[in-house]
Amino acid sequence: MNEITPTREERIERLQGMGCKRKRVEDVRFVQGKGNYVDDLKLPGMIYGDFVHSPYGHARIKKIDASKAKALPGVIAVLTAADLKPLSLHYMPTLAGDVQAVLAEEKVLFQNQEVAFIIAEDRYTAADAVELVEVEYEALPVIVDPFKSMTKDAPVLREDIKDKTDGAHGKRKHYNHIFAWEIGDKEGTDSAIKKAEVTVKELISYQRVHPSPLETCQCVASFDKIRGELTLWGTFQAPHVIRTVASLISKIPEHKIHVIAPDIGGGFGNKVGAYPGYICSVVASIVTGRPVKWVEDRIENLSTTAFARDYHMTAEIGATKDGRVTALRVHVLADHGAFDACADPTKWPAGFFNIVSGSYDFPVAHVEVDGVYTNKAPGGVAYRCSFRVTEAAYCIERAMDILAQKLGMDPAELRIKNLIRREQFPYQSALGWEYDSGDYHAAMKQAMDAVGYAKLREEQKSRQAAFKRGETRELMGIGVAFFTEIVGAGPSRNCDILGIAMFDSAEIRIHPTGAVIARMGTKSQGQGHETTYAQIIATELGLPADDISIEEGNTDTAPYGLGTYGSRSTPTGGAATAMAARKIRAKAQMIAAHLLEVSEYDLEWDVDRFRVKGNPERAKTMKEIAWAAYNRVPPGMEPGLEAVNYYDPPNMTYPFGAYICVVDVDVDTGVVKVRRFYALDDCGTRINPMIIEGQIHGGLTEAFAIAMGQEIRYDESGNLTGPSFMDYFMPTAVETPKWETDWTTTPSPHHPIGAKGVGESPNVGGVPCFANAVNDAFKFLGSTHIAMPHDNWRTWTVAEKLGLHG
Amino acid sequence: MAKTHVTMKVNGASVEALVEPRTLLIHFLREQLNLTGPHIGCDTSHCGACTVDLDGKSVKSCTVFAVQADGGEVMTIEGIAAADGTQCGFCTPGMITRAYRLLKENPKPSEDEIRHGIAGNLCRCTGYQNIVKAIEFAAAKLSGATAREAAE
Repeated sequence: MNEITPTREERIERLQGMGCKRKRVEDVRFVQGKGNYVDDLKLPGMIYGDFVHSPYGHARIKKIDASKAKALPGVIAVLTAADLKPLSLHYMPTLAGDVQAVLAEEKVLFQNQEVAFIIAEDRYTAADAVELVEVEYEALPVIVDPFKSMTKDAPVLREDIKDKTDGAHGKRKHYNHIFAWEIGDKEGTDSAIKKAEVTVKELISYQRVHPSPLETCQCVASFDKIRGELTLWGTFQAPHVIRTVASLISKIPEHKIHVIAPDIGGGFGNKVGAYPGYICSVVASIVTGRPVKWVEDRIENLSTTAFARDYHMTAEIGATKDGRVTALRVHVLADHGAFDACADPTKWPAGFFNIVSGSYDFPVAHVEVDGVYTNKAPGGVAYRCSFRVTEAAYCIERAMDILAQKLGMDPAELRIKNLIRREQFPYQSALGWEYDSGDYHAAMKQAMDAVGYAKLREEQKSRQAAFKRGETRELMGIGVAFFTEIVGAGPSRNCDILGIAMFDSAEIRIHPTGAVIARMGTKSQGQGHETTYAQIIATELGLPADDISIEEGNTDTAPYGLGTYGSRSTPTGGAATAMAARKIRAKAQMIAAHLLEVSEYDLEWDVDRFRVKGNPERAKTMKEIAWAAYNRVPPGMEPGLEAVNYYDPPNMTYPFGAYICVVDVDVDTGVVKVRRFYALDDCGTRINPMIIEGQIHGGLTEAFAIAMGQEIRYDESGNLTGPSFMDYFMPTAVETPKWETDWTTTPSPHHPIGAKGVGESPNVGGVPCFANAVNDAFKFLGSTHIAMPHDNWRTWTVAEKLGLHG
Repeated sequence: MAKTHVTMKVNGASVEALVEPRTLLIHFLREQLNLTGPHIGCDTSHCGACTVDLDGKSVKSCTVFAVQADGGEVMTIEGIAAADGTQCGFCTPGMITRAYRLLKENPKPSEDEIRHGIAGNLCRCTGYQNIVKAIEFAAAKLSGATAREAAE
């Protein structure tokens, strides 16, 4: 070796592969304002669409008069359901097996429902025209409370399906019922709860919220009449699925539809589904022959495209007197709004809610979910969580705290007693999942040691005594949450969307100079895929990450994939990337053997090269092999160096974490100050610790927003109260707490690189941790369960009800 | 609608154009001048994605008419070069443009002053922690540079 030959460590460092804090390659364009978002797109002759919305939550449409709007100079057309009906486009299929009105036909079923679509030369004229459309309504009785949905005299909401006795998931119990779903051992659970020494039961509601990414949903549709081809740019978390759905709905052949998702300004589940704006833009472009842009405003975003949660969970736990759980029974009333447009894998109407047994060793459990219609917006998306997993985590983590309170046990101690033990993995849960791996007790101990848990409890005790003596008006709360996520949907045996298995894909091409282009079926919305996928390839193939371009979001060039949501990119797309890279490495090994004139079995891999065993000086680097792949392949071998992998995961992955939060509550103002928030996450193999930290910070901030203030609220008449950032809680840098992050690493045994996915864990674990902290503050005064969100008013109200204001 | 003639300096260059009196500055910048760095996130001046610098002050350009900027000096992200701390990148241009002005107003801000100083700019991805760090880093770098220049 001479002195300019890099050491092995230097060679590893140069790759910028897995495990290093590689700087995000996306930032170069973002910090210069050179991101490329949908609304930045400008096409010759482009025109604009805008919606007329219903002011009523439930009303019959008597008449739509668009004549004044059509007469306004600059208005090109006004579409209503009457125009879409002959094309059979007035309804569109939803991911959940229901249909959703694209434009309201005879009735409106929620406030701000889309009634007409204006097409105009510019966005100002379109907005003017919206005001000129006159719609005559006859108001109808409204249901906003899901508990009143299935009463005897409830108004019929969905007249279009009122006589259907069967829904997409079996028998319907009532004309406003959507589905019933159950899992687990009902008889065993009922009997175990009956026999239990101690039981707790609580209605735990998770309020309706909205993901509200900073960029709203938007698209540009451009139909080329001559070629019969449609190009659709949009904010799509799942561009390939959008193309398939667009083809099924429009009857345009799939290969003649080009879907492009450019940079996306955050998604959080909001941008998975198909919305009326997309359909109307496509129709408008076909009708006018011009590109049509549709950009939601914030009110439209908060009130029409998507919502999350609205789950009303009655949880019961049976336990022994010394705190061992014996059974779990949960009934959920799920408010799906006016159309069942929930974005879940098709066979899972309640998502993966059956992760509700959490991180605990329940011998038996049973879950029943009833979905109902109400006069609220459709959506039911997974707002920064895998499908209905944050609802499940909130439910079990609150219920465990309530059980601890009843038993007079410390909540951390109760959890430790019941956590699944390391030697039980792979663990078969009572509700049907096989948890792949975990070391829960080690994580819990590390978290408790890090925050000085015992000391915090001592401090709390003395503060409670001081409060009772009247020396302070502040209560201290300590929130503990231990969560298990289920992500990476999913195995084709049980996960599909409209019949398409939920695999994901990677295609890697190595060019003669060793430069790489890799294309993925997933789609980043800020997660940094261009940075991290390149790191996986760099480590697998020994080529520097800086020489690897990652492309996503163009359905013409990327292999088919199901997209990015439910923390699935790393478990599925990341696995596909590693598997495709390994195919390439296997071929590279044969080429190297040919070049070195040895058998391929005489070679071993060393960071960025194949070397001859026992003679490391004789080696061929990947770069050299790449060149040879285009001119000196072994006889009979195809030239080139590329591979595609479609990865069907054998199982989900199960990230977990232990979170602890300390709050101080001012009982006179209701202000909750977060003193400390510690988050330990185990996402298996860590690809880029810096990006993981960013994901955790962001997810915790969203959890903070949900737990402490967010709510999409309707009044009794079906009016949405406050659907703008004036009222919908968006924490600024001032309110947002500082985050302490930590980790353990338990690689997934079935994932090629052992990674599990991380983006959503902090939301799943964060929400119950905040809620438990606020509840914990009031617990010693006899309070059992306080509903979210814990804003100042509600917290003050709790103090008032407990008689703390004298 | 009758149009009004406006002239202004944008990122150092003189521009003139005809705009409707109701044209918002953000639409003028993005659609007439093709400066798509500043974004639109909320339409109600809460999110700050549209933040630009107008005559030495941060403004939310979704709440300023283009005619109000007539004769003024506008600077957008396209006129600034800056650090990292991003995820989806949508809030980034407004955030950096705000941080630029904040550091002009207060070259050595405390963490608390930074957090209050960017409270008009929402971010949904990062939880702010690394944005605050990036601004602290920029402040240190700028004041270091100033100190060095003074010493020379």
